[in-house]
Amino acid sequence: MFRRLVEPAGHVTVTIDGRPFSVAAGETLSTALLLAGFAGLRRSARLGRERGPFCGMGVCFDCLVTIDGAANRQACLVRVRDGMAVQTGTRLPALADTVPE
Amino acid sequence: MTRLDLVIVGAGPAGLRAAVEAATGGLSVMLVDEGREPGGQIYRGSESGAFAGTAKLGSDYAAGAVLAAAFRASGVEALFGATVIQIEREADGSFSVSVATGHDKAVVVRARAVIAATGAQERPFPIDGWTLPGVMTAGAAQTMLKADGVVPDGPVVLAGTGPLLYLLAAQYGALGVAIDTLLDTAGPGNWRRALPHVAGFLTSRYAFKGLGLLGKALAATRIIRGVEAVSAIGDTRLSAVTYRKGATERTIPAHVLLLHHGVVPQINLTWSAGAQHRWNAARLAFEPVRDASGQTDVPGLFIAGDSGGIGGAQAAEAEGALAAFGVLRMLRGTAGDDDRIERQWRRRLAVSLRGRAFLDALYAPRQSHLCPPDEVIVCRCEEVTAGDIRKAVRRGAMGPNQVKAFTRAGMGPCQSRMCGLTTVAIIAEETGLSPGDIGHMRLRAPVKPVTVAQIASLSEADERRPTESPSATRPCK
Repeated sequence: MFRRLVEPAGHVTVTIDGRPFSVAAGETLSTALLLAGFAGLRRSARLGRERGPFCGMGVCFDCLVTIDGAANRQACLVRVRDGMAVQTGTRLPALADTVPE
Repeated sequence: MTRLDLVIVGAGPAGLRAAVEAATGGLSVMLVDEGREPGGQIYRGSESGAFAGTAKLGSDYAAGAVLAAAFRASGVEALFGATVIQIEREADGSFSVSVATGHDKAVVVRARAVIAATGAQERPFPIDGWTLPGVMTAGAAQTMLKADGVVPDGPVVLAGTGPLLYLLAAQYGALGVAIDTLLDTAGPGNWRRALPHVAGFLTSRYAFKGLGLLGKALAATRIIRGVEAVSAIGDTRLSAVTYRKGATERTIPAHVLLLHHGVVPQINLTWSAGAQHRWNAARLAFEPVRDASGQTDVPGLFIAGDSGGIGGAQAAEAEGALAAFGVLRMLRGTAGDDDRIERQWRRRLAVSLRGRAFLDALYAPRQSHLCPPDEVIVCRCEEVTAGDIRKAVRRGAMGPNQVKAFTRAGMGPCQSRMCGLTTVAIIAEETGLSPGDIGHMRLRAPVKPVTVAQIASLSEADERRPTESPSATRPCK
């Protein structure tokens, strides 16, 4: 889906859903996730559908992932760090889950 | 308690130039930005991005590195990786600016004036399937290029209207990145409506640059004009794009679809701070009301750059300077011994804005794309369709706030950034009223979702200097 055009200066290791990945040092996390093959990063609140990075600049909130235990971080606003642990696949609670009909 | 003279929100061309001029004028200044280094979106990656120090993305982009260096040399304290969530005007006329500095940390910075330079965002282009992974905005793809040197692979389709679509195609072309198809969705009457503004365009810098762009994009890409409908097809991710032109409908394979519908001001912060905003019918966007220095009707709150109305990077930089002079005049009674510099910036602003009216008309989106068919999701967060919104209006929802209450459109984490304008456009279509009369959904602070820990940690900057937080950086001297 995406490829690297410019070779990075160095690499760091991040864990995505428990698996280690070598990614470019200082890279935007959403970019690193796309390059690692993670097109869908979370599920939508109401219909539970796959969502991936969309706006790339912190506006749309579709690239939310859990970073080092902190939930709902925008992957497009974060740079990778060595040892960072990322969890994808979160589904935000829908209103129907919390309020009885 | 320490009180700064000025807080600047945004490190794009407007914010950076404002910081340089305000520091030169002797003000104490702090700049806050969500990014990790100076540049904003237009100059993203100017310092450490994949093309920093090269001319491969064009001379306009290279100007960002010069401005970033001037900012670093100014000595202005910068808080990167931080989000301004609220601007409050206190009883004494000063401002309390709440800044989230980490997922469990926030601080309050006090200042006598604020310049909001929050820039633009892409106008939503709601089509069937636009929530599928693999569908992104052209701006998102461009930031991936600038910041990380990463480009789309496999069949790539660009769709929509606006100069950025062609700029991206030209940048990809120059780097040898193949675009399969560019679907141009600009309406057929746009040329006729743009023609009265052609004189301004021909004397603008866009005339030369624009023709060059078109040439480059045309040479490398299959361009299909007059496209009337686009939809994204796929199960859990994008696999194809369907488009309609006249009576023919075609489906083409695609791994990446990049949408663009022009750019509009980011108004959540300035609206929530109480500044008056007005509908601009030519630009199809809400814009804050400002004086010649960029000051709003909230005394001491200035707005510079694209967040005040789309003018591009050079106009933004000029507005940043003018806002800084405005703040200097407000706090010091004078903008300096020599008003020639201010006059020069004002001239540069006028020159930079030449040709914008032509571009606005030429690249205007189609009405049918501003108000999509019933089945299309408008609010991505809460998955509310155009049909849901139409139904709410027919049931008596009087405006965007009631539509929000009826349907939950605009109630999700993006706080209507992705659905606000479409919701207003649909209400306008249904009622026959103008968007100016309808207004936008009320935008409130905190303008981005906050954690309980952030609220709990809110403390004055005095008690916890932002420089102690890990994301704070001191300028390199």
